[in-house]
Amino acid sequence: MNKTVKNPRQPNMGRPMKKAKKGTFSRLMKYLFSFYKAPFIIVLICIALNSLATALPGVFQQNVLTDAQEGIYLIHPEKIEVSDETKREYPDLSEDEQLVIEKEKLLNKWDLPLDTFNNGGKLTPKEALEVVYPSIVKVVIILICIYIIGLIAAFTHTRTMATVTQGFLNKMRNLMFGKMQTLPIKYFDTHTHGDIMSHYTNDIDTLRQLVSQSVPQIITSVIIIVTVLFVMLYYSVWMTLLVLCGVAAIALVSKKIGGGGAKYFIRQQQALGKSEGYIEEMINGQKVVKVFNHEPKSKEEFDKLNTQLCNDSTKANKYANTLMPIINNIGHILYVFIVFVGCLLVVLKVPNLSISGQSMSIPTVIIFIGMSKQFTNNVSQLSQQANAIIMGLAGAERVFELLDEESEVDNGYVTLVNATHDENGNIIESAKRTGMWAWKHPHGDGTVTYTELKGDVRLNEVDFGYTEEKIVLHDISLYAEPGQKIAFVGATGAGKTTITNLINRFYDIADGKIRYDGININKIKKSDLRRSLGVVLQDVNLFTGTVMENIRYGKLDATDEECIDAAKRANAHSFISMLPDGYNTVLSGNGSGLSQGQRQLISIARAAVADPPVMILDEATSSIDTRTESIVSAGMDALMQGRTVFVIAHRLSTIKNSDVIMVLDHG
Amino acid sequence: MFKNIKRLAGFIGEYKKASILSPVIVALEVVMECLIPFFTADLITYVETGDKSQLLTKGIVTFVENNISTNSLAVTGFYCGILIIMALCSLSFGALAGIYCSTASCGFAKNLRRELFNKSQEFAFENIDKFSTSSLVTRLTTDVTNVQQSFMMIIRTAIRSPLMFLFSIIMAFIRGGKMAFVFVVVIPILLFGLITVARKAMPIFKKVFKKYDTLNASVQENVHGMRVVKSFVREDYESDKFQKASDDVASDFTRADKILAFNNPVMLLCMYTVMTCLCLFGSRLIVSSDNTIFRIGDFSALLTYGMQILMSLMMLSMIFVMITMSSESARRICEVLNEETTIKNPENPIYEVKSGDIDFNNVKFKYAQRAEKYALCDINLHIKSGQTVGIIGGTGSSKSSLIQLIPRLYDVTEGSVLVGGVDVRNYDIVSLRDAVSVVLQKNILFSGTIKENLRWGNENATDEEMERVCKLACADEFIQGFPDKYDTYIEQGGTNVSGGQKQRLCIARALLKKPKILILDDSTSAVDTRTDALIRKAMREEIPDTTKIIIAQRISSVEDADVIIILDDGKVVGIGNHDSLLASNAIYKEIYESQTKGAKMS
Repeated sequence: MNKTVKNPRQPNMGRPMKKAKKGTFSRLMKYLFSFYKAPFIIVLICIALNSLATALPGVFQQNVLTDAQEGIYLIHPEKIEVSDETKREYPDLSEDEQLVIEKEKLLNKWDLPLDTFNNGGKLTPKEALEVVYPSIVKVVIILICIYIIGLIAAFTHTRTMATVTQGFLNKMRNLMFGKMQTLPIKYFDTHTHGDIMSHYTNDIDTLRQLVSQSVPQIITSVIIIVTVLFVMLYYSVWMTLLVLCGVAAIALVSKKIGGGGAKYFIRQQQALGKSEGYIEEMINGQKVVKVFNHEPKSKEEFDKLNTQLCNDSTKANKYANTLMPIINNIGHILYVFIVFVGCLLVVLKVPNLSISGQSMSIPTVIIFIGMSKQFTNNVSQLSQQANAIIMGLAGAERVFELLDEESEVDNGYVTLVNATHDENGNIIESAKRTGMWAWKHPHGDGTVTYTELKGDVRLNEVDFGYTEEKIVLHDISLYAEPGQKIAFVGATGAGKTTITNLINRFYDIADGKIRYDGININKIKKSDLRRSLGVVLQDVNLFTGTVMENIRYGKLDATDEECIDAAKRANAHSFISMLPDGYNTVLSGNGSGLSQGQRQLISIARAAVADPPVMILDEATSSIDTRTESIVSAGMDALMQGRTVFVIAHRLSTIKNSDVIMVLDHG
Repeated sequence: MFKNIKRLAGFIGEYKKASILSPVIVALEVVMECLIPFFTADLITYVETGDKSQLLTKGIVTFVENNISTNSLAVTGFYCGILIIMALCSLSFGALAGIYCSTASCGFAKNLRRELFNKSQEFAFENIDKFSTSSLVTRLTTDVTNVQQSFMMIIRTAIRSPLMFLFSIIMAFIRGGKMAFVFVVVIPILLFGLITVARKAMPIFKKVFKKYDTLNASVQENVHGMRVVKSFVREDYESDKFQKASDDVASDFTRADKILAFNNPVMLLCMYTVMTCLCLFGSRLIVSSDNTIFRIGDFSALLTYGMQILMSLMMLSMIFVMITMSSESARRICEVLNEETTIKNPENPIYEVKSGDIDFNNVKFKYAQRAEKYALCDINLHIKSGQTVGIIGGTGSSKSSLIQLIPRLYDVTEGSVLVGGVDVRNYDIVSLRDAVSVVLQKNILFSGTIKENLRWGNENATDEEMERVCKLACADEFIQGFPDKYDTYIEQGGTNVSGGQKQRLCIARALLKKPKILILDDSTSAVDTRTDALIRKAMREEIPDTTKIIIAQRISSVEDADVIIILDDGKVVGIGNHDSLLASNAIYKEIYESQTKGAKMS
């Protein structure tokens, strides 16, 4: 088991960016909806309201400025010009007559007497303000209302989104973890732990990005773009076309630069992968490096890779870092063009084309400045998010891959039940814990038979290989009678551990039969089969928690006394008592504060408390020094009493009192 | 923290020019960006009023009228020309700053990575043990990337935002006069909002990130211990446990996110307040002052500056968070940089190793200063050049520790180790390790061809030499079986050759050094007994003058050795040859019997 655990914080670098499958997005949305239907709909509504509140105020600002400008006209009637509207309505009149009508319209609008402008009459600024200001205030009040709605929507959106995102991620994590528990051991043997871990770190992170940022941002941008487009068309088709030209230019440039950048970005990722791979290889093999005095060469080699990485990443970054200022400044150029063209249209009195039918005016130009900014910003947001969406969907797909992995199949129907003898000596099921166990074997014809659990294990001509081509075990036959101690010895890789993997059905055999108390183990429910087997492995795995909790892991409803008793039997009691908090000492990092031997003793106590009829000890004492071993083996001997025991060991001392010793060599 | 920054700043090195130019050019870009709305405002006012007396830049109009044309179109065109030039300048500055900043940050990362790698290569075994390989790899990869990103932020965005803020405020006052006081009201609200949110949310985030790490650690624990979980049928129990922890993390994250959720509305509130005030009071001022004190053109300028001011404040708060986060990475990097290698060359090193004699005099050794237990205790050994020595003992009996002292992979804690009659601490390390060849227990092949791997032993080895050592190590036979023979590519970690083949290649690689002392640390465990014997025979015959130390599990691997050392719990419990030990040493006898009995049965 040489799995190098990759650093889980490492980002997705070097992983092939696969295009997400088609259904991934809809599946993701389905999950999102099924978990948080109402809140998610609220969020969507809020996003829509907020986007409108961002896009619409332009209209009202234009109104305010128009009113202000008309106020100025009231002060300076000589500046009044004939609007497109009037020209359309009275095409036959001369320009002077049109101007008179225009002035009348203005006076009518503000409820002023029609003779106000006669004989050079005009309003003072103060009078003009009194005339137009109530209207401005009215518009501003509407504006404030829109802002308040926008604020409430934004607030509700972000708050609800916090719940939805975190809740969603939590549910996904739980789904993954739950699923992971059902996967067969084979999955864990064939995937690196780093890869499995990255589902919980990298993939969840990209999902967070996707759900909390990309998706809302895209919805926002689309709504704003559409709304702004309509508002722009409302005021002026010509100016809208100008803005669209600008957007096209931005799209073109970013495609060009982005395209060039993508090439170098891929190179950068490759160079990064290479140099990180090299770092990993050299640091992992550093002891060899030192033994061979290879440091200068490895430095030299790394220098090459590092320089390459620097060159490639500089190029890639140059593209990325120049793209933003270029797009920004194209925005500025567009801004200048809007002002120029807008002013030109106003000065030259070019007939306007718009939904509203209004003519071009300075307030309209000003509003276009703001709207063109909004428009271009959201278009570039959209293109940025597109990338994030692709990455996020790739992450989602990897999560789904895990969720779609095939669970461990369990067709077993023979179950383990508490049993007792009735007065006739027949075995019957009992609801209580009786200390006696039996296999409940339902038959096709509806009858049920009970077989007492004894611990008789037989292997019959078993063939097995982890892959089809390579057979590890060949034609193995073995009989273990209840209470016997069977020892396996043999070189590393001879297949000792494999046999135990087969007995508890971590793997299924290719050919042959394994019988447990006369029952084919394929018929036994896996969970019950495993419950009847106690395993102490070479690699001790303790879990974060107290010593007591770790021992209780063997039998969750064990009382403290039972746990202590088990620890005593495993000879673990004395050292546990010496720990600072005794049985309540908290272990972390796989019991890093304890010695190998102590950890092994706890794991033996853990198996002892489970009290199974069959025990498998896989190199359980190999990591313990000989002195401790004698203590441990005393504990184990006590444990082995009256049980069928399979022992795998290097050392003879462990296996000297075995009933049968099996020597394995290449299966 | 400042010490770390100073330390890291040293790695800018030859990229100093780019690192300085980048912020300078960014500043120019900001100036341009702030001038554009300034000129636009005048242009709009000019078009609106046709009157130059109101303009802040009336000089331009006068210039055009005097030198070009009095036509208002010409003036408009001229203004636009200026604006376009400014935008182009701003574009070039922006692009240039991007380029310098990329050069500087990538170069900085390169220097940092190189120094870290070199440093790690200098580390002694003890240093490596201290950091653990996975943590070293993280520091060289993820942490460097984090620091690089922050560096880029600092020389670009961290300069840009405050400048933008400052210039925009100044411009807003020049343009808007007293209307700009709107910002004076709004900015403190925004700052207060952002800071309060950050101060409330940061501690929760710190706490929850720790919890999150613990959660991920527990997943890792679960993945590692899956065999235990399944053996005890604890899948549901684990799921429940995880779910509880995960729910807890999620609720904390939600709490923090909910506080963070105030950021956006606060920002919007400020923006909306500015807009409302501009509309309400700005329009009033326009009319009441008859477009003189505050003009429609100024209105547009203030809108733009308002956005710029608020955006730059938002950016600043983001930068603050980013830099705080990467300061942890900086600390971890500095830890590596500040680590001193524990094994250094002596001042006047000896470059020649005379013979393969090895002497251990009262050697005591422990791995860490604070370790209570000695890994080796009171070791006295005297091995003559050319002898074959077998070492046997249980796992954890410190066999590997013993031999690692010979090439000075670790230094003794007490006593001394002599090679060729000289204390190993007086040798030049390279010369010593060239003379002492170790095939480590956890041995590694590197990605590359077989030849490239062998050349680790001797860079200038000829093909014939390589074939010779491979024959010695019984590796030639299987190498010849590969389609590409000696040019066969070995995958990282040697995953495409079997364990036994890997071990034989490693032995060949060590032999290529032509060492005075050859140490095999359990190096034939995956090689079958027959081949094992062949290798030993070849070594006895072909390199008789080399001292050979063989650590083994199998008695058969050491029984023909001149001396067999039995180690138990860090102490020598038996020394002698096979026959004498079999007669006198109980442990040896026991091991021997167990293995021969096993052999008979199979």
